[in-house]
Amino acid sequence: MLEKAIKGNILYWGWIFFLLAIIGVGAGAYLMQLEHGLGITGLNRDVSWGFYIAQFTFLVGVAASAVMMVIPKYLHNFKAFGRMLILGEFLAIAAVSMCLMFIIVDLGQPARLMNVILHPSPNSILFWDMIVLNGYLFLNLLIGWVTLQSERKQVAPPRWIMPFIYLSIPWAVSIHTVTAFLYAGLPGRDFWLTAVMAPSFLASAFAAGPALLILLGLIVKAFAKWDPGKESIQALAKIVVYAMSVHLFIVLCKVFTAAYSQIPDKLYHYKFLYFGLDGHTTLATFSWVAIFAGIVAVIILLNPKNRQAENVLAFSCILILMSTWIDKGLGLISAGFIPNPMKEVVIYTPTQPELLITLAIWAKGFLILTILYKVAIGVKKEIEV
Amino acid sequence: MKSSRRKFIAMAGFAALGWSVCPSLTRAATEAGPKLYFKEEGSLEASQWAMAIDTKKLDRQIMNKCIEACHTLHNVPDIDSDQNIKWIWIEPFRNLFYDQSHPNLKNKANQPFLTLCNHCDNPPCVRVCPTRATFRRPDGIVLMDFHRCIGCRFCMAGCPYGSRSFNFYDPRIYLENLSHEYPTRSKGVVEKCEFCAHRLDKGQMPACVEASEGALLFGDLNDSNSDVRKALRERYSLVRKPKLGTGPKVYYLI
Repeated sequence: MLEKAIKGNILYWGWIFFLLAIIGVGAGAYLMQLEHGLGITGLNRDVSWGFYIAQFTFLVGVAASAVMMVIPKYLHNFKAFGRMLILGEFLAIAAVSMCLMFIIVDLGQPARLMNVILHPSPNSILFWDMIVLNGYLFLNLLIGWVTLQSERKQVAPPRWIMPFIYLSIPWAVSIHTVTAFLYAGLPGRDFWLTAVMAPSFLASAFAAGPALLILLGLIVKAFAKWDPGKESIQALAKIVVYAMSVHLFIVLCKVFTAAYSQIPDKLYHYKFLYFGLDGHTTLATFSWVAIFAGIVAVIILLNPKNRQAENVLAFSCILILMSTWIDKGLGLISAGFIPNPMKEVVIYTPTQPELLITLAIWAKGFLILTILYKVAIGVKKEIEV
Repeated sequence: MKSSRRKFIAMAGFAALGWSVCPSLTRAATEAGPKLYFKEEGSLEASQWAMAIDTKKLDRQIMNKCIEACHTLHNVPDIDSDQNIKWIWIEPFRNLFYDQSHPNLKNKANQPFLTLCNHCDNPPCVRVCPTRATFRRPDGIVLMDFHRCIGCRFCMAGCPYGSRSFNFYDPRIYLENLSHEYPTRSKGVVEKCEFCAHRLDKGQMPACVEASEGALLFGDLNDSNSDVRKALRERYSLVRKPKLGTGPKVYYLI
C-alpha cells in the first residue's frame, strides 16, 4: 500500500519538500547540540526540563485521542466513525513518533538510550512511559495497517485483530496517565503534586486530539478531495466541546485549591503562571490567552448551529489547540519548576537552536502523517471508485 | 505442518519479541540495585552517614574554604551562568528554611549557610531514575554512576532540594588545574555531592569536613558516640523540608 505515497501532484511533493527542508535545518541544529551538549538550549540548573519535554507532553495527548473514535466505533457500534477512524489511528502513530523523538533529543547522552532497557528500573515512571508509548505505537501501526489492508481487499478485518483493538482502549488511557504520573509523584514540586494531574491530562487530550482531527479532516476534504463524512466530524465536535469544558473545570479546581488554601508553596506557582513573579510576565500573558481562547471556543461550540458551520468549527478548533498547547506545551513544565526549591525565580526561555530542533520534529511528525494519510486516502478512494 | 512464508515471518517475529522482552524482565525481577562495592583496607564504615553543620561556627571564609576544597578535589567546573555545577554552595537561611522560619527571627533570614545533597533516607532521585544510575549505598550515601546516566534529568525534577547539577557542556573545557584524585565527567550527565565516598573508602573524612575548621561534623548517625550524634543531643537542629518524608541526613545546628 505504501506505493500510494510516491504518486502525488505538485502540491503534495511541494509540501513534502517543504517539510524536508525544515527537517534538514533542525537536523543541523541537533548536530550542534550533540557536539556542544544541551548547553545550547535555554535549560538551566533550576528549570531542567523545557520545550522538548513540554511538546512531548502535549503530543501524548494528541496520540491518546484516537481512543475517542475507537470506543464509539467498536464498543457502541457507531458506524459513522468507521470512515474516519484510520485518520485517528494514523494521527496517533505520528504523534507517538514525535513524542519518542522529543524524549531522545532531550537526553544528555542519547547514545546510552538503551540503558533504560539494559538496566530496567520498574520503580521509575519513565520506564513505564517507555513501555506504554512504544506499545501504543505498535498497537496503532498494527491495527491501522491490518484494518486498512482488509478494507482495500473489501473483506471484514480478521478476527484476531479484535483483541488488539480492545487492548488499545485502556492503552490509550495509560499513555496519558503514565505521562501525568511522571510529574504527579514528585515531592517538593507543588504545582504538579495533585491527584487531578492524570484526569486533567486526559480531559485536555480529548479536546486537543479530536480538535486536530477535525482540522485534518477538513484539510483532507479540501486538498485530497475525500470527505470524511459530516456525521463523524459533528460527533468529534461534540467530544471536543465537552472535553474542553471538563478541562477548564479542572483548571478551575486546581486554582481554587491553591488560592483558597493560600499555602505559599502551592500559590507561588499559580502566581507565576497567571501574574508573573519578579517582573517575569511573558508566560502569564500566554496563560490568559489560553484561558480566554478555551472559554471562547467552548461558548461558540456549545451552540449546535456553530458546530455545523464548518468555518466556525475550524476556527474554534484552532482556539482549542492554541489553548491546550499553551497549557501543556508552555505552562505546565515552566510553572512546575518556577520558583525553584529555594523559592527563587530562575527563568527559562527556549533558544533558537532549541526551537529549530523542536520545529524539525514537528515537521517529521507531519511528514509521517502526510505519508500515512496519503496511503489511507488513496486506499479509500480506490475502493469507492 | 504446512509451512508458508507468512507462518515463518510470524514465528520469527514472536521469537524476536520473546528474546527481547524476557531477558530484561527476568533481570528486573532479580537485580534489586547495585549491592556490591569495593572497600579498601582501613576504610571508614558506618551504618548511616550523616553530617551536622554548626551554623554558629560558619563564616564566609570557612564556607568558601569548604567549597574550594570540594570543587577543586572533584574537578567541579566554574561556569558563570545558570547552567553551572554546584556540589556544595551558599544559600541564605530563608531559602533553605522558608517553611520553618518567620519574619521576626532576628537577623537569621539573610544569614548565609552551606548546602549540599542531603543523602536522604528515602531519596526521590533514586526512585525516579530509569537506569539506576543513581543509587543509595547500604551506608546511606546516595551515589551517581556517571557512565550509566542517560541525562534524562528526572532526578533533578525529583530532588526537592535543588541539589543536583547537569553537565550542559563538556566540563573539561572549564577546568584548568585537574585533580587526579577524582575523575572528570562528560557532558550530558547529572552530578552532585557524594559525601566523599571515595575518601571514606580510603579512611579519610570528606574534603569539606577537613577544610571546615570544625564547623562541619561527620559520622555515623546510629552510633551514639559519634560527633554528629553528640552534637544533635546537645544542640537544637533543623533539617530541610522534613514534611516531605525524604529523611535528609544533613542537620543544621542552630
